[in-house]
Amino acid sequence: MNGLHDMGGSQCYGPIDIEENEPVFHSEWEKRAFAITLAMGTLGKWNLDKTRSTRESLPPLVYLSSSYYQIWFEGLLELSVKAGLITEEEARDGVLREPPKPGLSPLQAEDVGPLFTRGWPSTREPSRPARFAVGDRVHTRSMAPATHTRIPQYCRDKPGVVIAVHGAHVFPDKNAIGEGEQPDWLYTVRFDARELWGEDSTASAVHVDCWEPYLLEGK
Amino acid sequence: MMMSAERISVSDHWGLVIMQKNHSDHDHDHDHDHETLSEVELRVRAIESLLVEKGYVNPEALDALIETYETKVGPRNGAHVVAKAWSDPEFRAWLLEDGTAAIASLGYTGRQGEHIMVVENTPKVHNMVVCTLCSCYPWPVLGLPPVWYKSSPYRARAVIDPRGVLEEFGVTLPDDVEIVVWDSTAEMRYLVLPMRPEGTEGWSEEALADIVTRNSMIGTGVVGKPAQ
Repeated sequence: MNGLHDMGGSQCYGPIDIEENEPVFHSEWEKRAFAITLAMGTLGKWNLDKTRSTRESLPPLVYLSSSYYQIWFEGLLELSVKAGLITEEEARDGVLREPPKPGLSPLQAEDVGPLFTRGWPSTREPSRPARFAVGDRVHTRSMAPATHTRIPQYCRDKPGVVIAVHGAHVFPDKNAIGEGEQPDWLYTVRFDARELWGEDSTASAVHVDCWEPYLLEGK
Repeated sequence: MMMSAERISVSDHWGLVIMQKNHSDHDHDHDHDHETLSEVELRVRAIESLLVEKGYVNPEALDALIETYETKVGPRNGAHVVAKAWSDPEFRAWLLEDGTAAIASLGYTGRQGEHIMVVENTPKVHNMVVCTLCSCYPWPVLGLPPVWYKSSPYRARAVIDPRGVLEEFGVTLPDDVEIVVWDSTAEMRYLVLPMRPEGTEGWSEEALADIVTRNSMIGTGVVGKPAQ
Protein backbone atom coordinates (compact mmCIF):
# COMPACT_ATOMS: atom_id res chain seq x y z
CA MET A 1 0.00 0.00 0.00
CA ASN A 2 1.45 3.34 -0.99
CA GLY A 3 1.18 5.35 2.22
CA LEU A 4 2.75 7.81 4.60
CA HIS A 5 4.51 5.03 6.50
CA ASP A 6 6.76 4.58 3.46
CA MET A 7 8.92 7.56 4.35
CA GLY A 8 12.28 6.82 2.79
CA GLY A 9 13.52 9.84 0.84
CA SER A 10 11.04 12.39 2.21
CA GLN A 11 12.66 15.66 3.21
CA CYS A 12 9.77 17.44 4.89
CA TYR A 13 10.01 16.21 8.49
CA GLY A 14 12.63 18.58 9.86
CA PRO A 15 15.55 17.85 12.18
CA ILE A 16 15.90 14.67 14.20
CA ASP A 17 14.82 15.04 17.82
CA ILE A 18 17.63 13.36 19.77
CA GLU A 19 17.08 12.85 23.50
CA GLU A 20 20.20 12.36 25.60
CA ASN A 21 20.13 9.49 28.11
CA GLU A 22 16.74 8.41 26.87
CA PRO A 23 14.87 5.96 29.14
CA VAL A 24 13.57 2.69 27.66
CA PHE A 25 10.01 3.86 28.30
CA HIS A 26 8.76 7.41 28.87
CA SER A 27 5.72 6.57 30.98
CA GLU A 28 3.89 3.75 32.68
CA TRP A 29 1.27 3.48 29.92
CA GLU A 30 3.99 2.95 27.31
CA LYS A 31 5.25 -0.06 29.25
CA ARG A 32 1.77 -1.52 29.50
CA ALA A 33 0.91 -0.84 25.83
CA PHE A 34 4.20 -2.48 24.78
CA ALA A 35 3.68 -5.58 26.93
CA ILE A 36 -0.02 -5.98 26.11
CA THR A 37 0.82 -5.88 22.40
CA LEU A 38 3.52 -8.55 22.71
CA ALA A 39 1.38 -10.75 24.97
CA MET A 40 -1.71 -10.51 22.73
CA GLY A 41 0.47 -11.42 19.73
CA THR A 42 1.21 -14.81 21.29
CA LEU A 43 -2.49 -15.79 21.15
CA GLY A 44 -1.90 -16.64 17.49
CA LYS A 45 -4.89 -14.70 16.14
CA TRP A 46 -2.70 -12.60 13.83
CA ASN A 47 0.89 -12.49 12.60
CA LEU A 48 3.62 -9.86 12.54
CA ASP A 49 2.91 -8.92 8.92
CA LYS A 50 -0.77 -8.42 9.67
CA THR A 51 0.26 -6.28 12.64
CA ARG A 52 2.49 -4.05 10.49
CA SER A 53 -0.18 -3.83 7.83
CA THR A 54 -2.75 -2.76 10.42
CA ARG A 55 -0.51 -0.05 11.90
CA GLU A 56 0.32 1.44 8.51
CA SER A 57 -3.38 1.42 7.57
CA LEU A 58 -4.32 3.74 10.45
CA PRO A 59 -5.71 7.07 9.20
CA PRO A 60 -2.77 9.21 8.02
CA LEU A 61 -3.37 11.95 10.57
CA VAL A 62 -3.47 9.40 13.38
CA TYR A 63 -0.29 7.75 12.11
CA LEU A 64 1.67 10.99 11.82
CA SER A 65 0.45 12.60 15.03
CA SER A 66 0.65 9.60 17.32
CA SER A 67 3.61 8.56 19.39
CA TYR A 68 5.08 5.15 18.67
CA TYR A 69 3.31 3.19 21.37
CA GLN A 70 0.04 4.94 20.60
CA ILE A 71 0.32 3.49 17.10
CA TRP A 72 0.98 0.08 18.63
CA PHE A 73 -2.01 0.46 20.92
CA GLU A 74 -4.41 1.61 18.20
CA GLY A 75 -3.16 -1.19 15.96
CA LEU A 76 -3.75 -3.72 18.73
CA LEU A 77 -7.33 -2.55 19.27
CA GLU A 78 -8.03 -2.74 15.56
CA LEU A 79 -6.58 -6.27 15.36
CA SER A 80 -8.50 -7.39 18.46
CA VAL A 81 -11.80 -6.08 17.11
CA LYS A 82 -11.24 -7.61 13.66
CA ALA A 83 -10.34 -10.96 15.26
CA GLY A 84 -13.55 -10.89 17.29
CA LEU A 85 -11.72 -10.82 20.64
CA ILE A 86 -13.38 -7.60 21.74
CA THR A 87 -16.19 -5.47 20.36
CA GLU A 88 -15.89 -1.94 19.03
CA GLU A 89 -17.75 -0.68 22.09
CA GLU A 90 -15.36 -2.50 24.39
CA ALA A 91 -12.38 -1.06 22.48
CA ARG A 92 -13.81 2.41 23.04
CA ASP A 93 -14.25 2.34 26.82
CA GLY A 94 -12.77 -0.90 28.08
CA VAL A 95 -16.07 -1.98 29.66
CA LEU A 96 -16.73 -5.70 29.36
CA ARG A 97 -19.89 -6.49 27.38
CA GLU A 98 -19.32 -9.81 25.63
CA PRO A 99 -17.92 -13.10 26.96
CA PRO A 100 -14.38 -13.96 25.86
CA LYS A 101 -13.64 -15.95 22.74
CA PRO A 102 -13.05 -19.50 24.04
CA GLY A 103 -10.02 -21.71 23.60
CA LEU A 104 -7.28 -19.11 23.93
CA SER A 105 -4.41 -19.54 26.40
CA PRO A 106 -2.77 -16.34 27.58
CA LEU A 107 0.99 -15.93 27.80
CA GLN A 108 2.27 -16.93 31.26
CA ALA A 109 5.10 -15.17 33.08
CA GLU A 110 7.26 -18.32 33.12
CA ASP A 111 6.96 -18.63 29.33
CA VAL A 112 8.23 -15.12 28.60
CA GLY A 113 11.92 -16.03 28.95
CA PRO A 114 11.94 -19.22 26.86
CA LEU A 115 9.55 -17.92 24.19
CA PHE A 116 11.11 -14.51 23.65
CA THR A 117 14.71 -15.74 23.72
CA ARG A 118 13.82 -18.32 21.08
CA GLY A 119 11.98 -15.77 18.95
CA TRP A 120 10.01 -16.43 15.80
CA PRO A 121 12.43 -17.18 12.94
CA SER A 122 10.98 -16.32 9.53
CA THR A 123 13.15 -18.73 7.53
CA ARG A 124 11.41 -21.69 5.86
CA GLU A 125 12.41 -24.60 3.63
CA PRO A 126 12.56 -23.28 0.06
CA SER A 127 10.28 -25.02 -2.44
CA ARG A 128 12.59 -24.30 -5.39
CA PRO A 129 16.13 -23.08 -6.03
CA ALA A 130 16.98 -19.40 -5.78
CA ARG A 131 16.67 -17.55 -9.06
CA PHE A 132 19.50 -15.12 -8.27
CA ALA A 133 22.99 -15.40 -6.82
CA VAL A 134 25.40 -12.93 -5.26
CA GLY A 135 26.72 -10.61 -7.97
CA ASP A 136 23.66 -10.89 -10.21
CA ARG A 137 22.24 -7.72 -11.67
CA VAL A 138 18.54 -7.35 -10.94
CA HIS A 139 15.84 -4.78 -11.62
CA THR A 140 13.02 -4.19 -9.15
CA ARG A 141 9.52 -4.38 -10.50
CA SER A 142 7.38 -1.35 -11.03
CA MET A 143 4.55 -2.22 -8.68
CA ALA A 144 1.93 -0.64 -6.44
CA PRO A 145 -0.13 -3.28 -4.62
CA ALA A 146 -3.01 -1.78 -2.65
CA THR A 147 -2.26 -4.22 0.19
CA HIS A 148 0.80 -4.67 2.44
CA THR A 149 4.23 -4.83 0.80
CA ARG A 150 7.80 -4.42 2.03
CA ILE A 151 9.35 -2.87 -1.03
CA PRO A 152 9.69 0.86 -0.45
CA GLN A 153 8.55 3.15 -3.25
CA TYR A 154 11.98 4.75 -3.58
CA CYS A 155 13.56 1.53 -4.86
CA ARG A 156 10.86 0.27 -7.23
CA ASP A 157 11.73 0.01 -10.95
CA LYS A 158 15.45 0.48 -10.17
CA PRO A 159 18.57 -1.46 -11.13
CA GLY A 160 20.57 -3.13 -8.39
CA VAL A 161 22.99 -5.93 -7.60
CA VAL A 162 22.41 -8.91 -5.29
CA ILE A 163 24.94 -8.80 -2.44
CA ALA A 164 23.49 -11.47 -0.12
CA VAL A 165 21.10 -14.43 -0.32
CA HIS A 166 19.31 -15.14 2.97
CA GLY A 167 17.33 -18.28 2.19
CA ALA A 168 13.56 -18.48 1.92
CA HIS A 169 11.59 -16.28 4.33
CA VAL A 170 7.88 -15.85 5.01
CA PHE A 171 6.57 -13.49 2.32
CA PRO A 172 4.83 -10.56 4.07
CA ASP A 173 2.79 -9.46 1.05
CA LYS A 174 0.83 -12.73 1.26
CA ASN A 175 1.08 -13.44 4.98
CA ALA A 176 -0.41 -10.05 5.87
CA ILE A 177 -3.60 -10.66 3.90
CA GLY A 178 -4.40 -14.14 5.13
CA GLU A 179 -3.02 -16.02 2.13
CA GLY A 180 -0.50 -18.03 4.14
CA GLU A 181 3.25 -17.71 4.52
CA GLN A 182 4.18 -18.51 0.88
CA PRO A 183 7.91 -18.34 1.73
CA ASP A 184 10.15 -16.99 -0.99
CA TRP A 185 13.82 -16.20 -1.47
CA LEU A 186 15.11 -13.12 0.27
CA TYR A 187 18.06 -11.12 -1.02
CA THR A 188 19.90 -7.98 -0.03
CA VAL A 189 20.07 -5.76 -3.08
CA ARG A 190 22.55 -2.92 -3.42
CA PHE A 191 21.25 0.20 -5.13
CA ASP A 192 23.67 2.89 -6.22
CA ALA A 193 22.43 6.06 -4.52
CA ARG A 194 22.68 7.94 -7.85
CA GLU A 195 20.18 5.51 -9.37
CA LEU A 196 17.75 6.33 -6.56
CA TRP A 197 18.30 10.03 -6.04
CA GLY A 198 20.49 11.38 -8.85
CA GLU A 199 23.13 13.75 -7.56
CA ASP A 200 20.96 14.87 -4.63
CA SER A 201 22.18 12.35 -2.09
CA THR A 202 25.06 12.02 0.36
CA ALA A 203 24.72 8.22 0.39
CA SER A 204 26.98 6.03 -1.68
CA ALA A 205 24.59 3.09 -1.79
CA VAL A 206 21.38 1.90 -0.16
CA HIS A 207 21.00 -1.79 0.65
CA VAL A 208 17.45 -3.11 0.79
CA ASP A 209 16.13 -6.60 1.56
CA CYS A 210 13.95 -7.74 -1.35
CA TRP A 211 11.95 -10.92 -1.82
CA GLU A 212 12.25 -12.67 -5.16
CA PRO A 213 8.76 -11.62 -6.36
CA TYR A 214 9.99 -7.99 -6.24
CA LEU A 215 12.84 -8.73 -8.65
CA LEU A 216 13.37 -9.16 -12.38
CA GLU A 217 16.60 -10.03 -14.16
CA GLY A 218 18.73 -6.94 -14.66
CA LYS A 219 20.63 -5.86 -17.73
CA MET B 1 9.08 22.48 10.37
CA MET B 2 8.14 20.24 13.24
CA MET B 3 4.59 19.67 14.26
CA SER B 4 3.94 21.39 17.54
CA ALA B 5 2.37 19.66 20.49
CA GLU B 6 -1.32 19.98 19.89
CA ARG B 7 -4.37 17.89 20.35
CA ILE B 8 -5.70 16.68 17.07
CA SER B 9 -9.23 15.33 17.05
CA VAL B 10 -9.49 12.45 14.66
CA SER B 11 -12.80 11.30 13.29
CA ASP B 12 -11.86 7.66 12.98
CA HIS B 13 -14.33 5.11 14.22
CA TRP B 14 -13.13 5.33 17.83
CA GLY B 15 -13.23 9.11 17.93
CA LEU B 16 -9.79 9.23 19.53
CA VAL B 17 -8.03 12.25 20.84
CA ILE B 18 -4.41 12.04 19.87
CA MET B 19 -1.50 13.89 21.34
CA GLN B 20 1.73 14.67 19.58
CA LYS B 21 4.48 14.32 22.15
CA ASN B 22 7.59 16.17 21.18
CA HIS B 23 10.57 16.15 23.50
CA SER B 24 12.22 19.25 22.11
CA ASP B 25 9.07 21.28 22.46
CA HIS B 26 9.41 22.86 25.88
CA ASP B 27 7.17 25.87 25.48
CA HIS B 28 3.77 24.33 25.38
CA ASP B 29 1.16 24.24 28.09
CA HIS B 30 2.21 21.61 30.58
CA ASP B 31 -1.15 21.21 32.33
CA HIS B 32 -2.69 20.53 28.98
CA ASP B 33 0.06 17.99 28.26
CA HIS B 34 -0.54 16.10 31.49
CA GLU B 35 -4.28 16.11 31.02
CA THR B 36 -3.98 14.53 27.59
CA LEU B 37 -1.34 12.02 28.62
CA SER B 38 -3.50 10.87 31.48
CA GLU B 39 -6.33 10.28 29.01
CA VAL B 40 -4.03 7.89 27.18
CA GLU B 41 -2.91 6.36 30.46
CA LEU B 42 -6.52 5.81 31.57
CA ARG B 43 -7.46 4.30 28.25
CA VAL B 44 -4.55 1.85 28.24
CA ARG B 45 -5.41 0.84 31.80
CA ALA B 46 -9.05 0.29 30.90
CA ILE B 47 -8.12 -1.91 27.96
CA GLU B 48 -5.60 -3.86 30.02
CA SER B 49 -8.32 -4.56 32.61
CA LEU B 50 -10.70 -5.64 29.87
CA LEU B 51 -8.17 -8.04 28.35
CA VAL B 52 -7.33 -9.46 31.78
CA GLU B 53 -11.04 -9.88 32.56
CA LYS B 54 -11.48 -11.73 29.28
CA GLY B 55 -8.55 -13.98 30.13
CA TYR B 56 -6.45 -12.94 27.12
CA VAL B 57 -3.54 -11.52 29.08
CA ASN B 58 -1.96 -12.35 32.40
CA PRO B 59 -0.69 -9.25 34.27
CA GLU B 60 2.31 -11.17 35.62
CA ALA B 61 3.37 -11.99 32.06
CA LEU B 62 3.14 -8.27 31.24
CA ASP B 63 5.39 -7.47 34.20
CA ALA B 64 7.86 -10.13 33.04
CA LEU B 65 7.95 -8.67 29.53
CA ILE B 66 8.53 -5.15 30.83
CA GLU B 67 11.27 -6.32 33.18
CA THR B 68 12.96 -8.26 30.37
CA TYR B 69 13.16 -5.28 28.03
CA GLU B 70 13.91 -2.71 30.72
CA THR B 71 16.70 -4.60 32.47
CA LYS B 72 17.95 -7.66 30.58
CA VAL B 73 17.96 -6.70 26.91
CA GLY B 74 19.85 -3.58 25.93
CA PRO B 75 22.87 -2.08 24.16
CA ARG B 76 25.27 -3.57 26.73
CA ASN B 77 24.70 -6.85 24.88
CA GLY B 78 25.76 -5.35 21.57
CA ALA B 79 28.76 -3.66 23.20
CA HIS B 80 29.87 -7.08 24.46
CA VAL B 81 29.63 -8.46 20.91
CA VAL B 82 31.65 -5.56 19.49
CA ALA B 83 34.32 -5.71 22.20
CA LYS B 84 34.75 -9.43 21.63
CA ALA B 85 35.07 -8.90 17.88
CA TRP B 86 37.74 -6.26 18.49
CA SER B 87 39.64 -8.62 20.81
CA ASP B 88 39.28 -11.96 19.08
CA PRO B 89 39.99 -12.18 15.30
CA GLU B 90 38.37 -15.60 15.01
CA PHE B 91 35.17 -14.37 16.62
CA ARG B 92 35.21 -11.30 14.36
CA ALA B 93 35.47 -13.51 11.26
CA TRP B 94 32.62 -15.71 12.49
CA LEU B 95 30.52 -12.66 13.36
CA LEU B 96 30.87 -11.26 9.85
CA GLU B 97 30.23 -14.67 8.29
CA ASP B 98 27.25 -15.73 10.42
CA GLY B 99 26.15 -12.95 12.75
CA THR B 100 23.15 -14.83 14.14
CA ALA B 101 25.23 -17.83 15.28
CA ALA B 102 28.19 -15.84 16.60
CA ILE B 103 25.90 -13.55 18.60
CA ALA B 104 23.87 -16.52 19.88
CA SER B 105 27.11 -18.04 21.21
CA LEU B 106 27.23 -15.12 23.67
CA GLY B 107 23.65 -15.78 24.75
CA TYR B 108 21.87 -13.06 22.79
CA THR B 109 18.96 -14.47 20.82
CA GLY B 110 15.27 -14.01 20.31
CA ARG B 111 12.55 -11.75 19.14
CA GLN B 112 13.52 -9.14 16.56
CA GLY B 113 16.96 -10.72 16.33
CA GLU B 114 16.17 -14.09 14.82
CA HIS B 115 18.37 -13.28 11.81
CA ILE B 116 21.24 -10.85 12.36
CA MET B 117 23.82 -9.63 9.86
CA VAL B 118 26.81 -7.67 11.11
CA VAL B 119 28.27 -5.00 8.83
CA GLU B 120 31.75 -3.68 9.43
CA ASN B 121 32.89 -0.07 9.24
CA THR B 122 36.29 0.52 7.65
CA PRO B 123 38.34 3.64 6.95
CA LYS B 124 36.63 3.70 3.52
CA VAL B 125 33.03 2.62 4.27
CA HIS B 126 30.64 3.74 7.00
CA ASN B 127 27.40 1.80 7.51
CA MET B 128 24.13 3.19 8.87
CA VAL B 129 20.97 1.24 9.66
CA VAL B 130 17.37 2.42 9.33
CA CYS B 131 13.89 1.00 8.89
CA THR B 132 12.10 3.38 6.54
CA LEU B 133 8.80 1.46 6.68
CA CYS B 134 8.42 1.00 10.44
CA SER B 135 10.92 0.45 13.26
CA CYS B 136 12.83 -2.83 12.72
CA TYR B 137 15.78 -2.96 15.10
CA PRO B 138 17.95 -5.77 16.53
CA TRP B 139 16.38 -6.09 19.99
CA PRO B 140 18.57 -8.86 21.47
CA VAL B 141 21.73 -6.80 20.99
CA LEU B 142 20.49 -3.21 21.21
CA GLY B 143 17.26 -3.42 23.22
CA LEU B 144 14.20 -1.42 22.22
CA PRO B 145 14.87 1.40 19.75
CA PRO B 146 15.16 5.03 20.86
CA VAL B 147 12.35 7.40 19.85
CA TRP B 148 14.48 9.14 17.20
CA TYR B 149 15.10 5.83 15.39
CA LYS B 150 11.33 5.35 15.04
CA SER B 151 10.63 8.99 14.16
CA SER B 152 9.67 10.35 10.76
CA PRO B 153 12.72 12.63 10.35
CA TYR B 154 15.22 9.78 10.74
CA ARG B 155 13.25 7.19 8.77
CA ALA B 156 12.72 9.67 5.94
CA ARG B 157 16.17 11.16 5.59
CA ALA B 158 18.64 8.38 6.47
CA VAL B 159 18.42 6.78 3.01
CA ILE B 160 18.85 10.03 1.06
CA ASP B 161 21.07 12.21 3.23
CA PRO B 162 22.99 10.06 5.73
CA ARG B 163 25.80 12.60 5.89
CA GLY B 164 23.34 15.29 6.94
CA VAL B 165 21.85 12.90 9.50
CA LEU B 166 25.33 12.18 10.89
CA GLU B 167 25.97 15.92 11.24
CA GLU B 168 22.89 16.16 13.45
CA PHE B 169 24.42 13.47 15.64
CA GLY B 170 27.63 15.51 15.79
CA VAL B 171 29.57 13.20 13.49
CA THR B 172 31.50 14.50 10.49
CA LEU B 173 33.12 11.89 8.28
CA PRO B 174 35.87 12.66 5.76
CA ASP B 175 34.54 13.30 2.25
CA ASP B 176 36.22 10.19 0.86
CA VAL B 177 34.35 7.85 3.22
CA GLU B 178 31.47 6.15 1.41
CA ILE B 179 28.24 5.90 3.38
CA VAL B 180 26.15 2.78 2.89
CA VAL B 181 22.64 2.73 4.34
CA TRP B 182 20.90 -0.54 5.22
CA ASP B 183 17.10 -0.34 5.08
CA SER B 184 15.69 -3.17 7.25
CA THR B 185 12.67 -4.09 5.14
CA ALA B 186 12.58 -7.80 6.05
CA GLU B 187 13.30 -9.89 9.17
CA MET B 188 17.05 -9.46 8.73
CA ARG B 189 18.40 -7.23 11.48
CA TYR B 190 21.59 -5.24 11.09
CA LEU B 191 24.28 -4.46 13.63
CA VAL B 192 27.15 -2.15 12.76
CA LEU B 193 30.62 -3.22 13.89
CA PRO B 194 32.24 0.16 14.51
CA MET B 195 35.98 0.81 14.06
CA ARG B 196 38.09 0.30 17.13
CA PRO B 197 39.62 3.62 18.13
CA GLU B 198 43.35 4.15 18.34
CA GLY B 199 44.76 4.28 21.83
CA THR B 200 42.91 1.17 23.04
CA GLU B 201 45.68 -1.33 22.35
CA GLY B 202 45.89 -3.95 25.07
CA TRP B 203 42.54 -3.01 26.63
CA SER B 204 40.43 -5.77 28.17
CA GLU B 205 37.12 -6.76 26.58
CA GLU B 206 35.29 -5.22 29.54
CA ALA B 207 37.08 -1.90 29.13
CA LEU B 208 36.39 -1.90 25.40
CA ALA B 209 32.70 -2.69 25.94
CA ASP B 210 32.45 0.38 28.17
CA ILE B 211 33.31 2.75 25.31
CA VAL B 212 31.02 1.20 22.68
CA THR B 213 27.93 3.37 22.31
CA ARG B 214 24.50 2.32 21.09
CA ASN B 215 24.62 4.86 18.25
CA SER B 216 27.96 3.50 17.02
CA MET B 217 26.21 0.14 16.52
CA ILE B 218 23.37 1.78 14.53
CA GLY B 219 25.84 3.82 12.51
CA THR B 220 24.72 7.24 13.75
CA GLY B 221 27.84 7.46 15.87
CA VAL B 222 31.48 6.43 15.92
CA VAL B 223 33.53 5.24 18.89
CA GLY B 224 35.80 8.12 19.80
CA LYS B 225 39.40 8.05 20.95
CA PRO B 226 39.56 7.58 24.71
CA ALA B 227 40.50 10.64 26.73
CA GLN B 228 44.10 10.59 27.96
